[in-house]
Amino acid sequence: MALRNSARPISPHLQVYKWGPHMLVSILHRVTGVGMSTVGATVLVWWLAAIAGGEGAYATFRHVFVEWAGGALGYVIGIGLTLTFFQHMASGIRHLVMDTGAGFELKRNKMAALATMIVSVTLTVLFWLYLGFK
Amino acid sequence: MGTGTSIGRVRGLGSAKEGAHGWLHHRMTAGSNFLLMTWFMISIARLPAYDFVTVRSWLSSGWVALPMVLLILSVFSHFRMGLQTVIEDYQHDESRIVMLVLRNVWAYGLGAIAIFSILKVAFTGAAV
Repeated sequence: MALRNSARPISPHLQVYKWGPHMLVSILHRVTGVGMSTVGATVLVWWLAAIAGGEGAYATFRHVFVEWAGGALGYVIGIGLTLTFFQHMASGIRHLVMDTGAGFELKRNKMAALATMIVSVTLTVLFWLYLGFK
Repeated sequence: MGTGTSIGRVRGLGSAKEGAHGWLHHRMTAGSNFLLMTWFMISIARLPAYDFVTVRSWLSSGWVALPMVLLILSVFSHFRMGLQTVIEDYQHDESRIVMLVLRNVWAYGLGAIAIFSILKVAFTGAAV
């Protein structure tokens, strides 16, 4: 945990590699995880606390996410969090498979990385279509 | 693998011998998150409306309150470990300790509010 001497050379990192789906999905897993544990946790706990707090507290929650600016914040955060969740879920399942030692062949690894993004976008669209047409 | 020199043993050098436990717990909670979040997303999507009365009576049922408490426990302990990984990767000086403590305050604090809220609704019923 010593302070890093900035004069020392550092190992090659993101800037020297050609970006591929596996790199993108790897960093997305981290970004989506941090996003859900900060923004996602805040919204979920606010919602639960508002239900427990009573009608007034719930009205405030609804005002911020449903009524304010035509529900713009609700749509941005709602769709953002569902896409974030489905991406983290899909790449998480991919990680569990890779934990067994499977799926490291170049082509299969790339296909699985692409598949997580296709799955997350598809599930997000289906989820919101279901909500919309319900 | 040897046990190192005697002075190394006294200083507690080597692995913390807790890595496998944390690694496994992260995977176990990934599995329980998958089950509980699948239930949560379907249950939320199938609610007839999202007004106060509907949502409150939904959460007051034991069939919802119990899995919700389990979901909070599983998801929050999973993201607490995930944030630890991220903090340990990017914070190299004293700020690492500060961030790790703040992460505990965040995860346990929010988790406590969430569980208290669920139980309050479950124990006081649909009416306010």
